[in-house]
Amino acid sequence: MEYFFQQLINGITLGSVYALIALGYTMVYGIIQLINFAHGEFFAAGGYVGVIFMSYLLSQGAPAWVCLSGSLILAMAYCAMLAMAVEKVAYKPLRSSSRLSVLLSALGMSIFLQNGLMLTQGVYDRAYPTELTQGGFEFGTVMLSYMQLFIVSLTAFLLVALNFLVFKTRIGKAMRSTAQDKIMSALVGINSNRIISLTFAIGAGLAAAAGIMVGLYYGSVRYDMGFVPGIKAFAAAVLGGIGNITGAMIGGFIIGMVEIFAAGYISGEYKDVFAFLILIGVLYFRPSGIMGENVDDTRV
Amino acid sequence: MIWLFVLLWPLLGIKPEGLEVATTFSVWWRIAIGCASILVIYQLNSVGAFNFITKPVGEAVGGAKKATSTLPFAVWAFAILAFAVAYPHLFGRYAQDVAINCMIYICLGLGLNVVVGLAGMLDLGYIAFYGLGAYTYALLSVHYKLAFWICLPISAGVAGLGACIIGYCSMRMRGDYLAIVTLGFAEIVRMVLNNWMSLTNGPNGITGIKAPGMYWPDFANGMTLEHLWLKKLSLIYYVILALVIFTIIAVYRLNHSRIGRAWEAIREDETAAEVMGIPTFYMKLLGYCTGACFGGMAGAFYAARMRFVSPESFTFLESAMVLSMVVLGGMGSIPGVILGALALIALPEIFRDFELYRMLVFGGVMTLMMLFRPQGLLPPKRRMKAEKD
Repeated sequence: MEYFFQQLINGITLGSVYALIALGYTMVYGIIQLINFAHGEFFAAGGYVGVIFMSYLLSQGAPAWVCLSGSLILAMAYCAMLAMAVEKVAYKPLRSSSRLSVLLSALGMSIFLQNGLMLTQGVYDRAYPTELTQGGFEFGTVMLSYMQLFIVSLTAFLLVALNFLVFKTRIGKAMRSTAQDKIMSALVGINSNRIISLTFAIGAGLAAAAGIMVGLYYGSVRYDMGFVPGIKAFAAAVLGGIGNITGAMIGGFIIGMVEIFAAGYISGEYKDVFAFLILIGVLYFRPSGIMGENVDDTRV
Repeated sequence: MIWLFVLLWPLLGIKPEGLEVATTFSVWWRIAIGCASILVIYQLNSVGAFNFITKPVGEAVGGAKKATSTLPFAVWAFAILAFAVAYPHLFGRYAQDVAINCMIYICLGLGLNVVVGLAGMLDLGYIAFYGLGAYTYALLSVHYKLAFWICLPISAGVAGLGACIIGYCSMRMRGDYLAIVTLGFAEIVRMVLNNWMSLTNGPNGITGIKAPGMYWPDFANGMTLEHLWLKKLSLIYYVILALVIFTIIAVYRLNHSRIGRAWEAIREDETAAEVMGIPTFYMKLLGYCTGACFGGMAGAFYAARMRFVSPESFTFLESAMVLSMVVLGGMGSIPGVILGALALIALPEIFRDFELYRMLVFGGVMTLMMLFRPQGLLPPKRRMKAEKD
């Protein structure tokens, strides 16, 4: 039973990371129907910016909370700008061309960014400073580290903030209407290009936060770390119903849980397979996902 | 564009051990120089500064085209074939090695071309079939001592069967969903290869695979048939050359058959194709399997050539590379794919110093191609006609 609770905690931690990445996929997909392959790279870049500034601030003797929040804000801001730039360069000129072209362009951007990271930051793992978030609460043998607490509470905060932004503000209303119908919302005076740009920025910001969390949790970042979590987060977005923000959050937690429990109870070696199996199963049996509405026949 | 680079600069310029800019600086310096020189050439060209070169060259090319078009196609095919056959005698080991690599990728590219270029299904997991083919031959060769020539069709068959299973599950999807599902299947295949220790020896790979063998008449004492292991690079070269020629002919014939037309109809408009009486599901499945069979063959050859296989060789990056060959050359065009494979495999060998930059350039080129020339370098003729009308 204690093992179960321990796994539950780990699963929630991992799930919150996937939920944050999945949000970026689902928002972008909802608004321009594109699988943003480069999204995983924003996640990796966020991890790198985080480690760079965190180590810098630490070496200047800044207190822990300054290090964490400072690097978090910087990484999110940086990745948001990076995503806007990528969108402008690689996706915007292709808005009216075929889906395949945009997808290939996204794939090209992903390879480009990943290798750019590799060339400049090196092929080896880069260690995160671990002294910031050591220790934790112990309930018998069940361990809840401060790090996990930090990750989960930060995720909760970001999710609440995002919900507020999307469902309560004018910008959110503009985003939702652009996702529903670009031409109509342009007619009522919404600058759809700016809204799309903003969507990319928000998604990448969340991914950057997830990158820092993963870096802290596993203790290191790597240039190609964006790829597999990227696909798993996409699986989460599909599971929740692509284009649906609440769905992506739920999907992320489910995928994280399944992965941890499958690794704990079935097989650790094949833990990555389960996310893919869920993805394929969902696409096959219920392509609209848990929360999604019906999918039009251009996709399935 | 400039904004993107300005943004990339700081991230990549700062390292945790303080501000270490040297390596980053050199990386971005080279990229910046590359981009700047391309931009300058492009600008000068659009202004017309190169007219004194391009005009006579263009006229010469036009003249040459006229002269060549009077020659029949057979002459050209024969000339290229003669060059290909003579190649190992003209160049050294290293060049042969590069050529063999190139031809493996030509096989793969042509196979993927059937799936992506003709049938219009974006397959990001193509490398899984390459891996299946390679492992099939490796296991059969090591455990059952079966010969390469028997295993070649078996490998193709196993890859085709795998494609049937995967395709049956995923052919209902279209476009980007299909891309993600095939990617997922490819990762599953790779993980199974990586983790099934008792069968595949996991990440350590399988060694001791036999090279292809062949019976060769020997005239030393009368005429006997001697068994010969094709271990020498120049002999291996002829094996892959034969495979490439077979693949080219097969794909060409398929392209111009009823099936090929059906695939193109599905690519252009699936609903319309269905209405015209094409059994779209079976045609798509058939296209997927056909492509996989070529991949499986290429895989079997790869295993026979390296005499070692490990899951490391079948990662997503390889899929992306084969895909970028097809995209670069022009989807659906055989000479285009060959050109793409030559460009992506042979050019990095020439610019060996920039080896690390290869994937970076791939990615950049892929995006740029989509932006400026989505039809590829040598687009297929049939589609060009349609676009002119």
